[in-house]
Amino acid sequence: MAKRNASMSVAGLAVPVRIWAQRFAFLALLAFAFALMLLSKAETGALQNARIVIVDSVAPILSVMSRPVEAGQEVSSSVKTYFLVHAENDRLRQENERLIRWMQTARQLEVENATLRAQLEYVPELSPRAVTARVIADTGGGFFHSLLINAGARHFVQRGQAVVSRAGVVGRIAEVGDRSARVLLLTDLNSRIPAIVESTGDRVIVTGNNTRWPGVTYLASNSPVSVGDRVVTSGHGGVFPPGLPIGTVSEASETRTVLQPVVDIARLSEARILDYGVEGILPPPEKVPAVEKTAPQAGPAK
Amino acid sequence: MNQTGIGTIGDFARRVVPGVTTMLLVFLSHLHLPLPFYADISPALPLMAVYYWVVFRPDLMPRILVFAIGLFQDALIGAPFGLSAMIYLLTHAFVLSQRQFLVGKPFWIFWSGFAIVAPVAGALTWIIASVVRGAFLPSDIVLASIGLTVVVFPVVAWCLLYSQRWLVGEAEPS
Repeated sequence: MAKRNASMSVAGLAVPVRIWAQRFAFLALLAFAFALMLLSKAETGALQNARIVIVDSVAPILSVMSRPVEAGQEVSSSVKTYFLVHAENDRLRQENERLIRWMQTARQLEVENATLRAQLEYVPELSPRAVTARVIADTGGGFFHSLLINAGARHFVQRGQAVVSRAGVVGRIAEVGDRSARVLLLTDLNSRIPAIVESTGDRVIVTGNNTRWPGVTYLASNSPVSVGDRVVTSGHGGVFPPGLPIGTVSEASETRTVLQPVVDIARLSEARILDYGVEGILPPPEKVPAVEKTAPQAGPAK
Repeated sequence: MNQTGIGTIGDFARRVVPGVTTMLLVFLSHLHLPLPFYADISPALPLMAVYYWVVFRPDLMPRILVFAIGLFQDALIGAPFGLSAMIYLLTHAFVLSQRQFLVGKPFWIFWSGFAIVAPVAGALTWIIASVVRGAFLPSDIVLASIGLTVVVFPVVAWCLLYSQRWLVGEAEPS
């Protein structure tokens, strides 16, 4: 009888103990998640490395999964081209005439420039080395604006390098794995790009705000900037070359100035990573390779 | 012996379906689609899978798995480690506590449950992300994303339902 009572009391205890253990496990995991968040905020090297390793290991999966999307995009583009071929032809004819006129002007200017440079003994700027990579993931949603590309350290991509498309500035490299890298978009809250308003010559900073329309800061209040003005990189800071288009002013008031970026991130399938061989505005990564690598002149990422 | 081996492999395969489908949705939700604004307002597909599997097969979606998937998502999107993990853990705990009200009910009740979970999870993510980033992030984008998440849920739930019927099976009565 005593044995039976003892076994009943043990069985009676087992359920509350299990519930208590489950609650404890839940709270422990919650506390662990919170602690990890604090450590991530402090940008500890171990967590950053863990992130790079995880992203690098799944980059091939993302690359494969993004192929059908790319194929669909190509098919849709082909269908659109087929239906708009006549209108497109007319437009291209007109554009060609305009470009021929510009080409003649450019040739005259080229000769004039060469003569002036020879007279001034001008030291030419270094042309950047470039790597082209495919966009394999669009990460972050409304909270973190970044892209993953399928080129990394093995393609000589380094943290801080400028990322551009044919239209203009996309962002800069924020994290580098062996075969993938994260691009911090110019629209992200942490993005700051030294720029210049083409029409007025005002030096400004293009500041990301996590919307599709980055703001312009450090603009003089009496500056005659108006809607439609082009904003280009100023070249300060050493990350972006001067003169790359960033966007056009879409809203200009006393309180704020906003840009419409020239690059349509949603339609961006490939990006170019430029290397000027300078450190740029970002501090060097913790793991600097002992032997400096030499990047190829240009080449597609595999 | 062989049959036992195949049975074990089949059983293992069935057990990993919830985790695999949730991981697949993590990848799918971050594909670079050529749609304007999609990246900003993309639906929270993994949240749907967490909700679905915790309601129908909680035995195959333990909190440690939910936590691990959250950490993986944080690594992928560049968020601070623990953000998605915390949101999924809280979702797991809430849905598990309300599970008895959702199982065996019509679909619209199941959907309504998600219509409560998704905005709370979205709002919590927005608050934590804003605190971590030190600025109020745009709330209109988050609202649009939550709306799209709730609207798209039946499609994803339908896919998960069929994956459950074909691959996993029903849960043992508890």
